[in-house]
Amino acid sequence: MLRVIGAESIDSLFEHLPENARLNRPLDIPPGKSEFEIVEHFRARGEENAIGYANFLGAGVYHHYRPVVCDVIVSRGEFLTSYTPYQAEIAQGTLTQIFEFQTMICQLTGMDVANASMYDGSSAVPEAAMMAVRATGRDKILVARTVHPEYREVLRTYARYQGMPVEEFGYDGETGEIDLNELEAKVDEHTAGVIIQSPNFFGIVEGVGNAAGIAHKKGALLIDIFTEAVALGLMEPPRQADIVAGELQSFAIPPSYGGPFAGIIATKEKFIRQIPGRLVGETKDANGKRAFCLTLSTREQHIRREKATSNICTNQALIALMATVYLSLYGKQGLRELAHQNLSKAHYLASKLPLKFQGRFFNEFVAQGNGRSVEAVNQDLLEKKIIGGLPLERYYPELKNTMLLCCTEMSRRNHMDELAEVFAK
Amino acid sequence: MYPENFHYTKEHEWVRVDAEVGVIGITDHAQKELGDIVYVDLPKVGTVAEQGKTLGSVESVKAVSDIYSPVSGEVVEINELLASAPEKLNEDPHGGAWLVKIKLSAPDEIKQLMSASDYQKYIGAE
Amino acid sequence: MEKKVRSHISQNEPLLFELSSPGKIGYQLPDLDVPAVDPEKALGAGQTRREIEDFPEVSEVDVIRHFTRLSTWNYGIDLGLFPLGSCTMKYNPRVNELVARTEGLAWIHPYQPESLSQGAMEIMAELERCLAEITGMDAVTLQPAAGAHGELTGVLLIRSLLESKGNPRRKIIVPDSAHGTNPATAMMAGYTVENLKSNDLGVVDPEALARAVDENTAALMVTNPNTVGVFEEEIVKVCEILHSKGALVYMDGANMNALVGISRPGDFGIDVMHLNLHKTFSTPHGGGGPGSGAVAAKKHLEPFLPGPRLARKGSQWTWNYDLPRSIGRVRAYYGNFGVLVRALAYIMAHGGPGLRRATMDAVLNANYIRRRLEAHYHLAYKSPCMHEVVFGDDHQAKRGVKTGDIAKRLIDYGFHPYTVSFPLIVHGALMIEPTETESKQEIDLFCDSLIAIAEEVERDPQMVLKAPHTTRTARVDEVSAARRPVVRWRREPAQSKAAD
Repeated sequence: MLRVIGAESIDSLFEHLPENARLNRPLDIPPGKSEFEIVEHFRARGEENAIGYANFLGAGVYHHYRPVVCDVIVSRGEFLTSYTPYQAEIAQGTLTQIFEFQTMICQLTGMDVANASMYDGSSAVPEAAMMAVRATGRDKILVARTVHPEYREVLRTYARYQGMPVEEFGYDGETGEIDLNELEAKVDEHTAGVIIQSPNFFGIVEGVGNAAGIAHKKGALLIDIFTEAVALGLMEPPRQADIVAGELQSFAIPPSYGGPFAGIIATKEKFIRQIPGRLVGETKDANGKRAFCLTLSTREQHIRREKATSNICTNQALIALMATVYLSLYGKQGLRELAHQNLSKAHYLASKLPLKFQGRFFNEFVAQGNGRSVEAVNQDLLEKKIIGGLPLERYYPELKNTMLLCCTEMSRRNHMDELAEVFAK
Repeated sequence: MYPENFHYTKEHEWVRVDAEVGVIGITDHAQKELGDIVYVDLPKVGTVAEQGKTLGSVESVKAVSDIYSPVSGEVVEINELLASAPEKLNEDPHGGAWLVKIKLSAPDEIKQLMSASDYQKYIGAE
Repeated sequence: MEKKVRSHISQNEPLLFELSSPGKIGYQLPDLDVPAVDPEKALGAGQTRREIEDFPEVSEVDVIRHFTRLSTWNYGIDLGLFPLGSCTMKYNPRVNELVARTEGLAWIHPYQPESLSQGAMEIMAELERCLAEITGMDAVTLQPAAGAHGELTGVLLIRSLLESKGNPRRKIIVPDSAHGTNPATAMMAGYTVENLKSNDLGVVDPEALARAVDENTAALMVTNPNTVGVFEEEIVKVCEILHSKGALVYMDGANMNALVGISRPGDFGIDVMHLNLHKTFSTPHGGGGPGSGAVAAKKHLEPFLPGPRLARKGSQWTWNYDLPRSIGRVRAYYGNFGVLVRALAYIMAHGGPGLRRATMDAVLNANYIRRRLEAHYHLAYKSPCMHEVVFGDDHQAKRGVKTGDIAKRLIDYGFHPYTVSFPLIVHGALMIEPTETESKQEIDLFCDSLIAIAEEVERDPQMVLKAPHTTRTARVDEVSAARRPVVRWRREPAQSKAAD
């Protein structure tokens, strides 16, 4: 190869690099390791984390069982090692699957259009807010304090320099639902979008229709967020919302210390040109056969550059594939049964604990510590190999000595009983 | 090809003046450069356009091209046909696929635009 | 052509919704070990749905066959060379997939106690250290989910630093060869964008730059090597020009595969950059994601990094949330951890010497392709190339054949096309990046194919214009798709009974 190139050595291919831009020493990274050593290394790191614990943490990341078939499919090299399907003729596998994914997200959310996925639920929130700003020509965003606290932080980071003021509104201390009066008082003719989450961060089901009514009266859009996608299997879809954004981690994506996950944005037909991210559309090939391709790309950065709807480029295709496989396996009947199991388990545990809020909940709820601190409860639980709930005071200073607990189909009755016993001690 | 009674811009728009209203479109040369047009984004009726400022945009599959207003004034009508049939812009750019009508606020601006023969020379040289 | 492709069985397959029949299932759940709750009572009437209309109803075998059939309609690195320029489509080692699925790594919750997350935190700390060493930077955040997300993080860092000095400034300069994400990002951070024309060597012209930089300039966003595969030889001077006016330099690290072990951005004056772990560090592209856009920055930007930050408390790792000057979070939790595990596994497998070797092989491969094809395709720039080479379709365009057509014909020869029509500064660009993965045999097959196509263009341009000819799907009508978007499946209205 060097002879064809006409170079004396590979080093000579770098001779044109200026001397002061070259690294004149080896990298301080140990020499390469064998496959066996690498497997051993990561196994050892894994053992330093919690293995074999029952887990009652939710708060945006859920322990759901992952059917074996999901990994079988995503491990196929044709999916795993392919690229963004710009060359439609040799990417029909990915394109067809994304079309199916978009359809299922629409079916679940009651929307007309869903994109091919976002980085995650948290970054989908500011993207949805920016979308509302484009669609309404207004600038202000109102966000409920019952939206995941870290999602709100992400929204603030994105919003700061975009001339998009973000204001929060509170919740009802009795029910844990958003405070509709405060929302009504704060929404005005500058409000582009109102963001709520349902089930909210406390697990409480919000009245999407009521919030939408208030937003729409002032010409603002309602953006509904979800973090627990399994709830969509049983709950009425948020049809009154204008934009639905959420996190699909529950659909076969391992918790994996917080990522990679997959977010989505779905919306009504009339906002299709405002949606960020990739979209797959149906068309025909030169022989008249059904085919799929990326479409409406002119919204995107690689064409519109500084005028794009977003700078987003990468999506979470492989993760969205996992979710697609998962949803096909569970299907119409299974997703409902799965959601029902989650609901039943959470209500079983909740029935044994003092609850902070009276609102209706799906698979998460807030328990109020009685006597002992919730941190002490969690410490005792660890000895029984149980990871308890998330203490909320750090995120909500007013919610002293409370914890957010979550049950899924993987939660066992004996662990729930043990948790309740320790809690009551 | 290029009607004599139109006035042309360097950005490939045309305007035809009927009394105080200017009918605006893009030129045949522009539609050919863009290729198959898939979407036309037009301003709302009532928008006040300014000569040389963005009025809307025209999209092909892989490109977006801004439309610059050849004249100043209020948009009084938009061509609704283009929303459902953007391909008309490829088929009839100087006729049925006009974009907007603007009530001229500064009719003298027309004098700054090119005649059909100047425009043809201009695109020949481009 | 027969060296790589032959006709092969390709099965048709309906959509899942068309495949469904009522009552079919593909799941099992254990029996409920607690009392069943009535959903209507628990959630409220009107809050529960009867059914998910038209949702799939298929069996496990249906699912396996469906997705396996779909997979055969795809091209992947596992099938051969994938020469997308600036995308760095290198082999994805399977051991990385295995270790990312290790139970103790895949099943940890981001909020579980730090004492039970030490292994995960150690992995992140080690990766931060390696990436800082590779880039010559002082601090790394692993939070951004992808390249463009990293860019936004980096530009927000710049903005925060300038703001802390009293003036965030107004504009960001972006060379015309840049990725579209750069200007889009600058806008999202509240800056205006000034495009800078490249000179006839395809690089930033220091004199033109010096004229453009003023006290309103916040930063330059530069890609090095740039998108025509050329190392910015004046990069040290370029950085000095910015710094002398109090502005900063952001580097898009998309092309870092040309530099690892050879040259470090931190040493040539860059203030902040992102890395695409799914490019340089081999985590799978997976049909478009997930990625990871780690950001590496110099000391003066460290206080502004998104939180939480890893910190040492005694012998333990802890998350530090006390970061008063931080730009704030750019996403929930800590980053795409599963991707980080794979990237660290890649780095460990190569080691320092292996990483350098990979860079050298990547550059060797690109130069070999350049030499073999330059007699047949118009070489856009004579400057020496690094890990990718860009040609223009000038010769072929004379016969009415454009880069997109050549790309489609390449599919017939069994290869994924190169990057088409980018960078914009090269008319009709063919942007080719082979990576270190490819052997001489595969590269020769690829070059032979492109040379054969160049001959076909002379002999029978019509045939090339109609390519691909061998795929199960012929050329796709993207125009109709965009004119009347159909972005979801819907059941066709039932045929009337009378018609049966």
